Amino acid sequence: MALDLSQFDRELLGGVHGAGSAFAMRLLVRFAEAVDARAFINIEAAHVDGCLYHGRASLDFAEQMIELGGRVRVPTTLNVGSVDLIHPELFRGAKEHAKNGARLMRAHVELGCAPTFTCAPYQTAYRPRFGAQIAWGESNAIVFANSVIGARTNRYGDFIDLCCAMTGRAPAYGLHLTENRAARALVEIVSVPEDWDNERLAVAVGHTIGRSCGGLIPAIVGLAGAMSEDDLKALGAAAASSGAVALFHVVGRTPEAPDLETACGGLTPELCLELTAEDLREAARTLSNLADGAPLGVVSLGTPHFSIAEFARLMPLLDGPRPLTDIFVNCSRATLDELRKRSWEAPLRAAGVTLVADTCVYVSALIKPGVGAIMTNSGKCAYYAPGNLGVEVAYGSLADCVASARAGKVVRL
Amino acid sequence: MTAQTFGAVTLVLGVASGPILRLDEPLSFWGGLDSATGTITDRLHPQRGACVAGRILMMPTGRGSSSGSATLAEALRLGNGPAAILMLERDAIVVVGAMVAAELYGLACPVALANCQDWEALAAAASLTLEAGPEGAAISADL
Repeated sequence: MALDLSQFDRELLGGVHGAGSAFAMRLLVRFAEAVDARAFINIEAAHVDGCLYHGRASLDFAEQMIELGGRVRVPTTLNVGSVDLIHPELFRGAKEHAKNGARLMRAHVELGCAPTFTCAPYQTAYRPRFGAQIAWGESNAIVFANSVIGARTNRYGDFIDLCCAMTGRAPAYGLHLTENRAARALVEIVSVPEDWDNERLAVAVGHTIGRSCGGLIPAIVGLAGAMSEDDLKALGAAAASSGAVALFHVVGRTPEAPDLETACGGLTPELCLELTAEDLREAARTLSNLADGAPLGVVSLGTPHFSIAEFARLMPLLDGPRPLTDIFVNCSRATLDELRKRSWEAPLRAAGVTLVADTCVYVSALIKPGVGAIMTNSGKCAYYAPGNLGVEVAYGSLADCVASARAGKVVRL
Repeated sequence: MTAQTFGAVTLVLGVASGPILRLDEPLSFWGGLDSATGTITDRLHPQRGACVAGRILMMPTGRGSSSGSATLAEALRLGNGPAAILMLERDAIVVVGAMVAAELYGLACPVALANCQDWEALAAAASLTLEAGPEGAAISADL
């Protein structure tokens, strides 16, 4: 069961293509052995989740790569960093942390990565094609690429995503291989709350499959075909937060699931789950630990990063009196440019919106300490914010969030 | 005191010895281990408050976020990491964290796969010595 190295892999290891990629390949070989892969494959792109500053070791790693003359060998995008380099004045944390965070972001750019700083690289010009072999980090990006686009990546993380980028190689295992992409769990939506939009439905379904499916790939039946790309993005982000979902199929909607039989690869599912309207309402309720009517400190939107289509939904909701509660919207710097081109930035700011680029409210020190509870339309933000920020959270639809910001307290429409 | 030797599979090279810490449940290093002290901080973990520093950490399987690799590397850099890690299942997060500490700082935290049938005997030892070489690993237990 030895690892079969190609001529090119041996050249990488031997330093023929530079000391940086040799270092990366040494780590990759160990990683491949640990996951029991038998060979490496070429990748056409990478998304690196190494810009968030967790401590000195991550900075030392990137700077060591630079010292060794390393450079990425495939187009590589970057996930969010610890600071908003476009609006540095928004950062309220320790100076040292901001300095090291910015250094880590710049070190990755120096290695040849594109300064996208977004957790939604699939909504940029770097969106991969169907069937592309890629090495991506960031759980929501991974699940979107696999499920909605049909590109192929495992859940790469710390250091290894960058090693794949520096070598253009990834171990041939897991979701890179067709035989491992079939659904093993069947999730049937038998009824949905009548008053819900697709956005809320997506988050509740995502949160539930994350908690219920373990390591099994789910095939979801009974979701309306009208699920937008942003709905599927919310579904995946919620599923990859409450669980370790890296791929889901929505039968009749996602590219590897034209019908149930294809989604399951002709096999019988090991797990069958029926979800009713009441199950879904309960799932949405568990995402809130804040009572209706409770005062709010901040409304946070855009986890994962807000798309232009989501801004287009937000804009008309902001017509009316200025909200009492600050609204933060996280987006990529590319989306920020697009907002400016469309002259949408000024009306957003006039309505009390703080635009955050390059980072995200729940991983950076952007909100005033002690400001109070958060409301969000994101299953992911609702899941992580209590632990990361030590705050209470209310989850609601986009319209609920805006209405609540206007009222200064949690309101359900 | 008698010593007994067990075979194992090397995942990360190195030699280390120390007292054992056997985890009763898998631990996610990210969000579960404080790299500044080596203390388990996961509020739902039964061994919350225990310190991994200098121990031969017996963890059958890994768990959790891939950001665990950076947490392990950072704990090792600060001298608060385990002396070695014994597992029953291969875990990429653990291997990468230990490899990065070895490559960047020359700090060895050998990682090896033990045999399932040896686990209880290993856990009963007062201390263990792990020699993880390129051809295989040996664990000697002071019983």
